[in-house]
Amino acid sequence: MSRNPLVREVPPTTWFFRHPRYLRYMSREITCIFIAAYCVMLVVGLQRLAAGPAAWDGFLLALRSADSIVFHLLALAAALYHAATWFNATQKAMPIQIGEDFVPGSVISGAHYVAWAVLSIAVLYFAGAF
Amino acid sequence: MAKSHKPVVWFPFAAGGTVIAFCIPVIVVLTFLAALGHVPSGLSYERMHAFAGSGLGKLIIFGVLALSLWSSAHRLRCTFYDFGVRADTLVATVLYVAAIVASIASALFLLRI
Repeated sequence: MSRNPLVREVPPTTWFFRHPRYLRYMSREITCIFIAAYCVMLVVGLQRLAAGPAAWDGFLLALRSADSIVFHLLALAAALYHAATWFNATQKAMPIQIGEDFVPGSVISGAHYVAWAVLSIAVLYFAGAF
Repeated sequence: MAKSHKPVVWFPFAAGGTVIAFCIPVIVVLTFLAALGHVPSGLSYERMHAFAGSGLGKLIIFGVLALSLWSSAHRLRCTFYDFGVRADTLVATVLYVAAIVASIASALFLLRI
């Protein structure tokens, strides 16, 4: 006599409400929806840039709507959340060993945050944002 | 011959995740300023056209866009699965093709600048 096989009942669409960890995982994953939409917007912007000065200015003007501002806030939140979770994961994804010891995880993630801050400030500076 | 096609999907995903983390927040800030009506001087047609016209600029724009698109497509595929959509082959095909088409389109736009 064989036993009944173990079947775990996992609700396919609501499983991530079962544990805060799953919820954090899903909130990280859904950032890609906003990132993808934003990248498509950038591709459209590139097309406008190639089409000439009038088209580019029209693109910049089209950004100035309430919907666009809300979308930018969502995209910014998604991008920041992605960045933070990505940098926090680097210490697990690529531990660095020197001699017998491992470099502390906080140093690896911290180095990423510092590089990120330097790069972002440099881009903002060269783009004339301040 | 490769034993698995997974590295081909995974490498640009990881590279794209890193590119998104480092580059996308600051780019969002720049277009957000434009959305608020304070267009940074770097987003003027002359400066953007000059940047996208240089070889290095083209490489940066294409690299950021193509890797971010691929990474987002891969993560969207996983997200579809996590939300209970089990037609993975269809979802994967549609999303990867969309990412490749958008990348080729950006390359063509860049070549016109």
